[in-house]
Amino acid sequence: MRVALFITCIGDTVTAEVGRATVTVLERLGHEVVFPREQTCCGQMHVNSGYRPAADALGERFMRIFEDHETIVSPSSSCVGTLRELHPELHGRLFELSELLVGRLGVTDVGASFPHRVAYHATCHSLRVTNVGEAPLELLRAVRDLELVELAQPRECCGFGGTFAIKNAETSTAMAIDKCAAIVATGASVVTAVDSSCLLQIGGRLSREGAGVRTMHLAEILAETGQP
Amino acid sequence: MRPFPAAAREALGDAQLRANLGNATQTIREKRNRVVAELADWGALREAGAAIKADVLANLDRYLEQFEQAVTDAGGHVHWAADADEANSQVLAIARSHNVTEVVKVKSLTTDEIGLNDALEAGGVHAVETDLAELILQLDGDWSSHILVPAIHLNRTEIRDLFRATIAEQSLGDDPRELAEAARRYLRERFLTARMAVSGANFAVADSGAVCVVESEGNGRMCTTLPPVLVTVVGIEKLVPTFTDLEVFLQLLPRSATGERMNPYTSLWTGVTPGDGPQEFHVILLDAGRTRVLADEVGRQALRCIRCSACLNVCPVYSRTGGHAYGSIYPGPIGAILTPQLYGIERAPTLPFASSLCGACYEVCPVAIDIPSVLLHLRAKTVAAGLAKPSERLAMEGAGWLFGGRRRFALASRLGRLAQRPFVRAGRIVRLPPPLSAWTRTRDLHPLSGESFRDWWEHRR
Repeated sequence: MRVALFITCIGDTVTAEVGRATVTVLERLGHEVVFPREQTCCGQMHVNSGYRPAADALGERFMRIFEDHETIVSPSSSCVGTLRELHPELHGRLFELSELLVGRLGVTDVGASFPHRVAYHATCHSLRVTNVGEAPLELLRAVRDLELVELAQPRECCGFGGTFAIKNAETSTAMAIDKCAAIVATGASVVTAVDSSCLLQIGGRLSREGAGVRTMHLAEILAETGQP
Repeated sequence: MRPFPAAAREALGDAQLRANLGNATQTIREKRNRVVAELADWGALREAGAAIKADVLANLDRYLEQFEQAVTDAGGHVHWAADADEANSQVLAIARSHNVTEVVKVKSLTTDEIGLNDALEAGGVHAVETDLAELILQLDGDWSSHILVPAIHLNRTEIRDLFRATIAEQSLGDDPRELAEAARRYLRERFLTARMAVSGANFAVADSGAVCVVESEGNGRMCTTLPPVLVTVVGIEKLVPTFTDLEVFLQLLPRSATGERMNPYTSLWTGVTPGDGPQEFHVILLDAGRTRVLADEVGRQALRCIRCSACLNVCPVYSRTGGHAYGSIYPGPIGAILTPQLYGIERAPTLPFASSLCGACYEVCPVAIDIPSVLLHLRAKTVAAGLAKPSERLAMEGAGWLFGGRRRFALASRLGRLAQRPFVRAGRIVRLPPPLSAWTRTRDLHPLSGESFRDWWEHRR
């Protein structure tokens, strides 16, 4: 299948490793990935900050750039959720990665191997907006030698919330501290999620605490095969 | 109103408050989840509740007039209060007409909202709170931090000390039964001697004129049956069309609020009944900003609220900061959308931002108020009203422009990679200048990638 990749602004500039992993996984499964190079940002930050006209313009821009693409995938459930809310016609065309793999392509075993204890953080967008359901967990369970552990208070927000992390930094931090405590309590060496934004928050706090737990996006884990 | 970030910062430093709140919200949350899970048709009930309220809001003028007629026909008096001052004056006038100097009160957020107790006090009438938590707050000179459990920020030892200083002996212990008994003795005297009571209402039935109070302790029952004069202050949004509609809300409310299948006391009364209960009954219909909320197509769903507080208990922000940080009688998620609309966005511009938009509130709301959507709507209103900081406006407009074209975006990305170099240590950024210092004060930051994704993509071809 020919899949157009929407990498997102954060995915392009901050967490490029997630995009590379996404391409690796899709190509390993035999699909052709294309990258419409005019893409930039979905407008979520502007929506969330109250700058509607700018957000609408970015949404329109996305629609124009991806006009000719039947199937679009993105490793960010929050961007996918935002775009589908602004443009409901994207349902059935725009997918978050785990939605595409499990729901659209019918695949749970992507040939990955990752012999580590991994905790899964269910991001708020993926739970309540994009509604990815069990897809990420099904994919993780099919990864060879991966030990999946459950977090206490799994549905609780990590505290990122976009500009909330800056405007209400203390409350955001208090939430991050609790999320990190739950992660550390599992003994996991890796925490994963389907949103890089949340992983920036969680990873940032884990790093500050010297907790010895690293963050990896779901795509990065799925890209691991144990082969060099 | 104090900006939320500053108020929250202070509240977060209070370890006792956080411990109390954390325990209490978790307990109520678990109870709520258990009893909601028992109902196979919870989703349908919720939709029904939302639909009934939407119908009421869409036809409020008709239902209000119907209610007025029904109450009057049943021997009650209806007053219309445009704002808090009018409502307070009306209550005071009724008290004065009976030479009443002390009234007993059923817990009513609406009367707290309008500052009734202070207005009565200024008019020489003392209002005695009879709900245990409200009594505690009144004795303590404090104000509510939670819609349902207003004294949630206090623990039993603090309450014991308060009672010892006001209504009980020095020998009082902190056992909950002892504390309740002390309150009961004090209140029984008040109930038996009161000549006027003031209540709010959870629901007001348009077709029959019936008024409904849902409570746990029985003080509402005492107040609405013993004194000869009863005044009920009710927000105009509290109407339901028919008596049958109560069936939906009386299932939604107790389960969402206290996590019970049914609350201990539900009182319903209509007008007056000669020889039984109050012989004079007044209803004060309160606007105080509600019609302003009604005028907003997106924001009006906030008026569906049945004051269950399920959203407070599930909110990761509220459960850490508590209610006082919101600076309003309505805190938490519902407060963040109701307060700015009732009082005007310029009075509470930081409240719509007091949220990470996690959506847990929407999930539990028994009348399906889409709180995250209203928050976003109000955020847009603050910006449109010119209330955003100029530096923020500039930054957002700049970002919007950068995102508007591939080349400028790629250039910004490249410049960012250069600019960050002095700040990157061992693959992490640990310190940045303001405003990003708010992040790096407590968290490290993943640096911009050495090579952007699009550059990697170009190079691999």
